[in-house]
Amino acid sequence: MLALLLRDLRLATRAGGGFGLSLAFFLIVTVLVPFGVGPEGGVLARIAPGILWVGALLACLLSLDRIFALDREDGSLDLLATAPIPLEGAVAAKALAHWLTTGLPLTLAAPILGVLLNLPTAGFGWLTLSLLVGTPALSVIGAFGAALTVGLKRGGLLLSLLVLPLYIPTLIFGAEAAKRGAEGLATATPLLMLAGITAGTAAILPFAAAAAIRVNLR
Amino acid sequence: MSIWEYANPKKFMQTSSWALPWVTGMAVVTLLTGLVWGFFFTPDDFRQGSTVKIIYIHVPSAMMAINAWAMMLVTSLIWLVRRHHVSVLAAKAAAPIGMTMTLIALFTGAIWGQPMWGTWWAWDPRLTSFLILFLFYLGYIALWEAVDDPDTAADLTSVLCLVGSVFAILSRYAVLFWNQGLHQGASLSLDKEEHVSDVYAFPLWVSMAGFVLLFVALVLLRTRTEIRARRLRALEARERMA
Repeated sequence: MLALLLRDLRLATRAGGGFGLSLAFFLIVTVLVPFGVGPEGGVLARIAPGILWVGALLACLLSLDRIFALDREDGSLDLLATAPIPLEGAVAAKALAHWLTTGLPLTLAAPILGVLLNLPTAGFGWLTLSLLVGTPALSVIGAFGAALTVGLKRGGLLLSLLVLPLYIPTLIFGAEAAKRGAEGLATATPLLMLAGITAGTAAILPFAAAAAIRVNLR
Repeated sequence: MSIWEYANPKKFMQTSSWALPWVTGMAVVTLLTGLVWGFFFTPDDFRQGSTVKIIYIHVPSAMMAINAWAMMLVTSLIWLVRRHHVSVLAAKAAAPIGMTMTLIALFTGAIWGQPMWGTWWAWDPRLTSFLILFLFYLGYIALWEAVDDPDTAADLTSVLCLVGSVFAILSRYAVLFWNQGLHQGASLSLDKEEHVSDVYAFPLWVSMAGFVLLFVALVLLRTRTEIRARRLRALEARERMA
C-alpha cells in the first residue's frame, strides 16, 4: 500500500500529473468572487469562509476523475484488483494520495487567499484547521464517486452530479466552523461533527468504492 | 407465497396484470374522495383562508417523496443480496415517481409559502432537505441512464442508493444545525396528539392513502414497462444473432 501511495504521489507531481491545476483553479475562483459581489471589505469578510470552502470543494472535484480513470485506461486498475492487497486498501491509499496532492495544498493555500478576501485575523487558524479536518472526507467521497463512474466514457459531468450532493454535510460543518472561528464564536461542535464525517467516510466508503470498482471491471 | 417467487418475471407479470386494474381503480376512488372532500366540503381556516387546502396535495406528496426513496433502498438491498431482477427494476421504476413527488411537494410548498410566510422559498431545514433529496434522485436516475450494461447499472445504482441514503440522513441533520426553521414540525401522528383539527385530518388521511395507492399503481405499471423493454431487447439481440 505504501508503494502504491508513493507511485500515485510521483505520478501526480511529475509532468502531466496536473498537480498545480487544482491550486490554480482555487486561486481563480477566489479572484473571481470579488468581481462578482464587489470589492467592499465588509461583505467579503463575511462571505470569505464560505467562499473559500466552496472554492476548495470545487477545486477538489476537478481532479477526482484522475483517481481511477488513468489507471483503468492503462490496465493497472485490473492489476490492482487482482493484487494481494485488498482492493479496499488500494482505494484508501489512492484517496490518501489524492488528499496529499489536492486537499493538503488547498488547505495550505487557503490562508493566503483569505488575505485577498479580507478574512478577519481570528479566522485564519480556524479556516486552516477546518480544511485540514474536512478535506480528507472530500477525497474519500470523491474516490467513491470516481469508482462509480470509472467505466463511463464521459463520466466527468455525471461525477459532479453524483458527488456534489454527498459533499453537502461536509461543506455545512466545515464552513460553519470557519465562519464561527472568524466571528470569534465557539467552534468545537461543528469541528467535532466534521471530524466525525471524515472518520466515518474514511471507514465506510472504501468498501463501497471497492464494490463499485469490482462491478465496473466485471 | 413469498417475494422470491416474483423474481420470476413471468410470475410477476401475471400477478401484476391482475392487481394493476384493482390498485389503479382504488387509487382513483380514494384520491377523488380525499381531494373532493378536502377541497369542497371542509371549511376555510379562520387565519389561512382557503390556502389551507393545499395541504391535501402537499403533505401526501412530501410523504411519498421520502417513502419512495425508502422503497428504493429496500429493493436495492434485495437486489444486492439476492440478485432479484424484478426488485431492482422496481427501484428504477420508482425513482422518477419519487422525484416528481419531491417536485410537487416543493412547488405546492412554494405556492403555500408565498401567501403564508410572504416568500416562495426560504432556506429552511425541511425545504433544503427536500431540495437535497431532489438532487439525490437526479444523480440516481442519471447513473441509470449513463451505464449501458443493465446488470452493471443495477449494481452501481444500488450501491449509490445505499450510500446516498446515509448521506441524505446526514444532510437532514446537518441542515438542522445550519439554519433555524420556518416550517412547522410534524402535524399528524399515529400515537401523539395531532395539531390538525379532525375536520381537516380525515380527508387528509384519505388523500394520503390515495397517494400511496397511486404510487403503488405507477410503480407496478412502470416495472411492467421495464420488464417488457428488457424482453424486447432480448428479442432484438436474438434476431441479430440469427
